[in-house]
Amino acid sequence: MNRATSRREFLAGAAAGLGLGAVIAVTPAHATPQEMQDAIRKVVGSAPVTKGRVKLELPPLSENGNTVPLTVSVESAMTPADHVRAIHVFTELNPQPEVVTFRLGPRAGRARVSTRIRLANTQTVTAIGELSDGSFWSATAAVVVTLAACLEDA
Amino acid sequence: MANALINVPDRTRRGEIVEIKTLISHPMETGYRRSQLGARIPRDIIRLFVCTYNGTEVFRAELHPAITANPFFVFSTVATESGTLTFQWTGDNGFSVTETAAITVD
Repeated sequence: MNRATSRREFLAGAAAGLGLGAVIAVTPAHATPQEMQDAIRKVVGSAPVTKGRVKLELPPLSENGNTVPLTVSVESAMTPADHVRAIHVFTELNPQPEVVTFRLGPRAGRARVSTRIRLANTQTVTAIGELSDGSFWSATAAVVVTLAACLEDA
Repeated sequence: MANALINVPDRTRRGEIVEIKTLISHPMETGYRRSQLGARIPRDIIRLFVCTYNGTEVFRAELHPAITANPFFVFSTVATESGTLTFQWTGDNGFSVTETAAITVD
């Protein structure tokens, strides 16, 4: 009897473990704040976002969060039939998840844009490329920020 | 008055992809900072940057407070014909600056 119970407990434990494993596999490894996901959903709608085709270049370590150089490029032929329509950049721990939206087209020649951004904290930045066929592609980059932006007094 | 710096190659060949760099002086006050008296400093940012090539829009950026002071952009366009590139920045408190640059395509 005792033995049967322990077997049942073992099986229940194993099932719980498998369930937990499945949850971990579905959600990203880092705890992504909900606001960023909501902001991304607002842009993307119900379309799926696939990893790849987008290259996000950020320094892995930034001494000053007030100015962090950012370059985004998307693999695309940039022809009238197949081009990048927009590039969106999001952060998870800034006061506002949206950073910038670039709108380009076949006249751009290549889908590569650079700017400088502010980061309020050590965090992960997400770039999403919107293609002319309606598909969305993404890339992420983690940045360690030593001096945070937005906190100092004027 | 806001000062803008624009870097466009002045001579290129037709069909070549040219890189354009722009920088404009602007504080890009986020609206999240407080003064020493604790009062919130109101937001004052550039909201939109548009680049047109002989009247056709080739690039547009929608800015949020997370863009640094003195917004800097590097982007590209295909040199199709000689003409002018027009750059326009618009933002809070009626901010609006328009600059032009000439481009010669051989």
